[in-house]
Amino acid sequence: MNRLPPLLTAPLALSERRRTWLQQATLPLAARFLGGSGLAALAGCAGTTLPPPRTQVLVVGGGFGGATAAKYLRLFSGGRVDVTLVEPDADFVSCPISNLVIGGHRRLVEITQPYGTLVSRHGVRVLHDRVAAIDPAQRRATLGSGAVIGYDKLVLSPGVELQLDTVEGLRAAQGDGRLLQAWKAGPETQALRAQLEAMPDGGTFAITIPEAPYRCPPGPYERACQVASYFQAAKPRSKVLILDANPDVTSKPALFKKAWAELYPDMVEYRPQHKAVSVSAAAPGGRHTVRFEVQDDVQAEVLNVLPAMRANPLAVATGLANANARWCAVDYLTFESTAARDIHVLGDAMLAAPAMPKSGHMANGQAKVAAAAIVARLAGWEVNPEPMLTNTCYSFVDGAQVVHVASVHAYVAAEKTFKTVPGSGGLSPAANQREGTMAWAWARAIWADTLA
Amino acid sequence: MRLRAVLAQPHARPVIHHGALLLALMSGLSAHAAADVTALRTEALAASCAACHGTAGQAAPGAGLPALAGLPREVFIAQMTAFKTGQREATVMHQLAKGYSEAQIAQLAGYFAAQPR
Repeated sequence: MNRLPPLLTAPLALSERRRTWLQQATLPLAARFLGGSGLAALAGCAGTTLPPPRTQVLVVGGGFGGATAAKYLRLFSGGRVDVTLVEPDADFVSCPISNLVIGGHRRLVEITQPYGTLVSRHGVRVLHDRVAAIDPAQRRATLGSGAVIGYDKLVLSPGVELQLDTVEGLRAAQGDGRLLQAWKAGPETQALRAQLEAMPDGGTFAITIPEAPYRCPPGPYERACQVASYFQAAKPRSKVLILDANPDVTSKPALFKKAWAELYPDMVEYRPQHKAVSVSAAAPGGRHTVRFEVQDDVQAEVLNVLPAMRANPLAVATGLANANARWCAVDYLTFESTAARDIHVLGDAMLAAPAMPKSGHMANGQAKVAAAAIVARLAGWEVNPEPMLTNTCYSFVDGAQVVHVASVHAYVAAEKTFKTVPGSGGLSPAANQREGTMAWAWARAIWADTLA
Repeated sequence: MRLRAVLAQPHARPVIHHGALLLALMSGLSAHAAADVTALRTEALAASCAACHGTAGQAAPGAGLPALAGLPREVFIAQMTAFKTGQREATVMHQLAKGYSEAQIAQLAGYFAAQPR
């Protein structure tokens, strides 16, 4: 773990440093240029012996959103903004591609990347800790270790919370490892793979999907494909049941249905309108039961219950989840929270604009828009009135073939939101191997753009 | 004034009291500041390509997607136009290119042409 630099131990002086910086930042350019001596005098009046004030941006969460924001804040500011990234995990494990680990086509180590390049190449200070609390009024965050970090701007990209308590019995079954979600890539991904390996041929894997919005719309359908791909090779008498709370497949519906029908006939079954409400987890080797709001119970040897999701508890506790008490509403021009100034919310925790998926690629793009907006504001410039976002989402329907959905999103000032550009975007014509190669290339590229 | 100068800490460096130099700098300030707002916006626009084509158009080693850095301006414009019209076949670029205006494509072309390979 990195040692905290000295200034972090003096949070009470932050407001003084920040005021000094802001005074400087709002001065006309000529005055600012002259202001060197004036600022020195101001600092003298305040009696501070702190290092010279520099703008502190604190980034919370090292996923696609946070890591990209940290890197691009450094790039866009020419290294003139100090960036601290707080992330509990030692390494970045990619959620995109992680279903291939469940299918047995990739290993976890292949989707794991270090954070070190953000430090060595970009000068980001990375702290492997968690943020326990944020005080928006005082502009400071308290870490799990007890350290306090002051900030001028905060970028919050904390991901989602799985609302285990929305499905009766799920928290206990998850707690003792009988039912897994594996909706954040890492040890649980491998644990779910191990459950599939232990399942006898002739068994059933069932995945339940919550009502949209949830993290990674096509993820559950891709996972069903991956499990079926494994069963086809190793346990051909087994079944895959997809139990969806939504009225239809929420992403790439025709492509997924075609893949299930053609690649896995008699193995994959899709059932819409299945909202899971309770589970009874069996002892290892037994059959778990999942019950639904309306439909008949289902039993399965391996049961993957994805409950409803909302913004990470840190965002909720900070008062940022102001949309249905679930998601964080933002000004889409800057991704600044509508609930707290100087806090920018990215990624899956954010209330998405229309047709904006909760995806890693989208979080990477949002991070760049937010980083540019933050740097522009710090420099006293008008924020870009026409930001753009793209999204490309690849899903593996087996070990080699892929289907994609792509979109381009432009900020529409009149409606203060992002909308897809008419005529742009689209889907694969059908699953194909060429895009399988492209999908792996995409993953390597976006990991590098995010972290390296 | 360059962005890095705006965001730098003047008092951390020697204070320049040289009137002539100051006037010379001030006379160019507004034009330079505008140019750098534009530069920041162009960098941010180009960053929407970077997830696949690499930061500043420099392809991630081993990823296998084409670099855009150093691509001649007219080549970039011709390729994007061919994607937009459907003249050039692709897996995703024909769909993404349609989301960018001619002005944006020209802006991107200028940016990538100026990036080191």
